[in-house]
Amino acid sequence: MGLEVLFFVGPALTIFVIFVVWPIVRALQFSLYRWKGFGPLVDFVGLQNYVSVLTNDVFIGAFTHNMVIVVLSILVQLPVGLAIALLLNRKMRGQGLLRTIIFVPYVLSEVIAGVVWFQLLQPQYGVVETLLGAVGISGPEQGWLGTPDVALYTVFFVLTWKYLGLAVLLFLAGLQGVPDELLEAAQIDGASWWQVQRRITVPLLGPTLRTWGFLSMIGAIQLFDMVWILTRGGPANATTTMATFLITEGTKRYNYGIATAASVILFAVALVLALLYQFFVLRRDVAEADAGMRRVR
Amino acid sequence: MSGPMTMPVPGTSSPPDGGGAFRPSRRPRASGPAQGGSPLVWFVALVVVAFTLGPVVYAALGGFRTNAQLAESPAGLPNPWVLENYQRVLASPSFWRYALNSTVIALITTVITVVFGLMAAYPLARYRFRWREPLYLVFVLGLLFPATVAIIPLFVIITRQLHLGNTWWGVALPQAAFALPVTIIILRPFLMAIPNELEEAAVIDGASRIQIFWRIVVPLSGPGAVTVGVLAFVASWNAYLLPLLLLQGDMKTLPLGVADFSSQYSSDTAGVFAFTTLAMIPALVFFLAMQRRIVNGLQGAVKG
Repeated sequence: MGLEVLFFVGPALTIFVIFVVWPIVRALQFSLYRWKGFGPLVDFVGLQNYVSVLTNDVFIGAFTHNMVIVVLSILVQLPVGLAIALLLNRKMRGQGLLRTIIFVPYVLSEVIAGVVWFQLLQPQYGVVETLLGAVGISGPEQGWLGTPDVALYTVFFVLTWKYLGLAVLLFLAGLQGVPDELLEAAQIDGASWWQVQRRITVPLLGPTLRTWGFLSMIGAIQLFDMVWILTRGGPANATTTMATFLITEGTKRYNYGIATAASVILFAVALVLALLYQFFVLRRDVAEADAGMRRVR
Repeated sequence: MSGPMTMPVPGTSSPPDGGGAFRPSRRPRASGPAQGGSPLVWFVALVVVAFTLGPVVYAALGGFRTNAQLAESPAGLPNPWVLENYQRVLASPSFWRYALNSTVIALITTVITVVFGLMAAYPLARYRFRWREPLYLVFVLGLLFPATVAIIPLFVIITRQLHLGNTWWGVALPQAAFALPVTIIILRPFLMAIPNELEEAAVIDGASRIQIFWRIVVPLSGPGAVTVGVLAFVASWNAYLLPLLLLQGDMKTLPLGVADFSSQYSSDTAGVFAFTTLAMIPALVFFLAMQRRIVNGLQGAVKG
């Protein structure tokens, strides 16, 4: 029996330990040394790398940018995605095609999406500039990605283009789970479309919305590809994220100790946020489910 | 992810139509069941489609223009249509080399993820042994660790200790390892749902565990295996960070090639558009073929 289990689980466990567990253990270890990637690991510095990361203005900026993206995603993508999903959740011709189209940007890699948008957003001959110019809006002189004050919001805009379809699709799927009887009953009682959405549909969609929020948050904390393609963290560190910070430190400056300390901090931030979210937001789902079960019995 | 997560109800629901969508109306039964779209709905749909497809279509058309055309009239159509940009990309050996690398790496990743994932999920779903739940928990905890956290040590281990830097396997193996948690989480309930009678009958017929695995478990886990396979393939095809650190020169994948081309020839907008458009075709075709699986997989992930 033991041998059989080993036979089946062994291969998965082996690559999991080599490529997931072991690197994480090493990350913790590296973060305690001053190490440039060559020679033995001897220059033990304790928590000094953590201190220098946490007091580094660029890293604090990067952390702030991650948080801005987390908050903006929930403030912008959630209501917009929900509004689109509610409006499209009806029998209409071409609905299947519409869903397919909405989902296209999600399937493209962030690199491809980023490269295309980089061209569209070019300061002088980019099409965004031209179209906005046609309606009388002139963009910033250095371009939407080249101006420190707006670059982060431009990155967020492109991220929204890429990920809004996922939100709409998941919300539409969640809407399929709202029983028709409830909606019909509310209608018979004279509720308007708007009242039905607000009092019945959206509350019942709660679990889907909250889980989407969780995925969106975790994704925003790890944000790397899109930023790297669009701005490399610039201009003047206006769009750095924790991930671009650690990649720059690790692969450009060979400060492996600093880079791994930053990666451990990134993990800690993700873990704390995940636990807080679990505690304050997702827990309601479990409580509601229990209450619901009791009511049913 | 916890939560009760309602099961999807098959079939379509027909929510009330809002005659005038957002306008509250006090009359009882003011609106019948939705049959089609009001003008507002069609307008929103149109805006969403334009916003979504606009950049993709613009890039594809931009590939048929010259840089002079693009500079003169950024919002114009190809006039005349130019095939040269696309021809140049299609004639470049590096484009095909990158496409080959992307394909091979994604295939290796997918095969390892599905095979190892199914094998591991089988005893975790159907055997009774003391370490079952702790073992399962080890894989589940892997979900908490994105590859970004371990990326620097991963780079050191793969290049210096395993000497797999700049190889297909060096990228595919860690990608498969990081895909295992979600794979096992999706597959375990699938395997748990296989009726005991099938297995018992096979045992009576004298089948070994390995025969049971191959003859019963693998065929019956088809839909789940396809879903996790598609998710692993798409993730690998689109991956950027790990290949960026590990692959150079001839070994680069398409995302790396696209990013390189874009930064080396950023003033050759038409060329960038042609290269990007050709690079997105495989992903789009694969997506259209596997659409249902991808969507189901993602929805499954959200439903926990």
